[in-house]
Amino acid sequence: MGMTITEKIFAKAAGKESVKAGDIVNAKIDVIMCHDVTTPPAISMLKEKGIDTVFDPDKIVVTPDHFQPAKDIKSAELHKRLDTWCKEKGITNYYKLGKAGVCHALLPEQGHIRPGEVIVGGDSHTCTYGAFGAFSSGIGSTDLAAAIATGELWFKVPASLKFILNGKLSEGVYSKDVILEVIRQIGTDGALYMAMEFVGDALKDMTMEARMTITNMAIEAGGKSGIIGVDEVTKKYLTETLKDTSEYDVFESDGDAEYVKTIKIDCGALEPMVAKPHLPSNGAPISECAGLEMDQAYIGSCTNGRIEDLRIAAEILKGKEVAIRTIVVPATPEIWKQCIDEGLAEIFYDAGCVVSAPTCGACLGGFMGILAEGERCVSTTNRNFVGRMGHPKSEVYLASPATAAASAIEGKLTDPRKYM
Amino acid sequence: MAKAHVYKRDHINTDEIIPARYLNTDDHAELAKHCMEDLDTEFVNKSQPGDVIVAGEDFGCGSSREHAVWALQGAKVGAVIAQSFARIFYRNCINCGFYPIELPEALHAIKDGDKLAIDYDAGIIYNETRGEEISFSPLPDFALEIVRDGGLLDHIKKKKV
Repeated sequence: MGMTITEKIFAKAAGKESVKAGDIVNAKIDVIMCHDVTTPPAISMLKEKGIDTVFDPDKIVVTPDHFQPAKDIKSAELHKRLDTWCKEKGITNYYKLGKAGVCHALLPEQGHIRPGEVIVGGDSHTCTYGAFGAFSSGIGSTDLAAAIATGELWFKVPASLKFILNGKLSEGVYSKDVILEVIRQIGTDGALYMAMEFVGDALKDMTMEARMTITNMAIEAGGKSGIIGVDEVTKKYLTETLKDTSEYDVFESDGDAEYVKTIKIDCGALEPMVAKPHLPSNGAPISECAGLEMDQAYIGSCTNGRIEDLRIAAEILKGKEVAIRTIVVPATPEIWKQCIDEGLAEIFYDAGCVVSAPTCGACLGGFMGILAEGERCVSTTNRNFVGRMGHPKSEVYLASPATAAASAIEGKLTDPRKYM
Repeated sequence: MAKAHVYKRDHINTDEIIPARYLNTDDHAELAKHCMEDLDTEFVNKSQPGDVIVAGEDFGCGSSREHAVWALQGAKVGAVIAQSFARIFYRNCINCGFYPIELPEALHAIKDGDKLAIDYDAGIIYNETRGEEISFSPLPDFALEIVRDGGLLDHIKKKKV
């Protein structure tokens, strides 16, 4: 029996000829992503247990992002603990304020993600990096501490679900709409414990940014990881960004590899999607929910705060004025600068949006865009759980940057194709 | 005797267990004050040490924040019995030495307020209120070993020594 791409990565990481879904393996970790919420507790645990070592200061990438810049004294203390530790341990890749960005946009952009590797991070959306043909998964603080100390973790090799994304996306329909449709079809636990492998000709037309939006939301279907094989688009992106330019491993699933299920999505038939409260699986085509009044629009986050997303939003907002509070958050300092250089920031300003420094703030109800009781937000983020962006009686509607921008103009859920 | 607090809900997520607005601390006692706050503002007041939470499918979905487990541990919740668990939460429970009990018939077998006694090694829940014994599949040996060692870090430390 052949192996899936995920099984091949685990075989390599565990130093075995072959592994199969269900095997428990001890895998070597190639990269560990650390941010300001889950890493300070991991550092404290290691100190408490007297195992205060770092397996490799070059393989840990640190960026504060959730409450960055510090929103209050408590978060400042978290940052201070992170800062002290990075200095003490000589962490090579430590992105401080000014260089810090939303982790899952920053790591690929700064060339820390390589195909064939095992990457973990103290954040559920670490599955984003699977867009590069790597195994990548979110972990809690204790796993993070163990990985930091030992450079390895135990894993149950996940079984895989195959998603064949066929067809060509219509104008106004984006990869965000594809993943919202996938989650609508299988539910928030449809891929529980499994790797979600995406293949198909629709991917060929998608940039790495667009692919990352898909793998980013694998966790919203319960997935352990999302993964997309390496192709020319991947290689080109890597040539432009990789810090370590040594050869990387390109794995492909064998033709006879085993999948729990194969699901076909006709991307050409999709229309813009909106996931209604309070689950990412509550997706509906825009034609069924257009007109619902909103109080806020949010364009940013690890799902859709990349330059391509902001270009799409700016294209729609150009020469228009927003009718509701609209917050635009470039995910990294590089994207923020591009926004200015390309004139996007001016378009957002003219339209009446506020453009923030890179931060995860509002996406998780932290700060910089909190919702009051009864308010509704159309958001390019990844979760619409109860209280996610503020008051437990507020509502979040997940959508693409195009849909969020068009909705900002009208103050209600709006089909972006109207503005194209 | 543990009292069951039953929530007839699937997909109870980490934002409900511990809202992100409190993630600017990792102090367990501080987190415990807000345990389950966005699902049930009364939970902290009505739960006694050792009480258990009973819920439907996919408990703990969402964030990787271990703060969700710490909030439950800080609030002295004895166990969570759910029909199924989200993956990262389940793993975080084991890593923290907090036993997640997977019981597909949880919502049918246990009613709100039932008094329960749990034998973790044997995999048996004694529902004293109903006079019933319900068995569950104990954790696999390697995970049980981690829980018995008090969590993953103590387990690693023990193995290295």
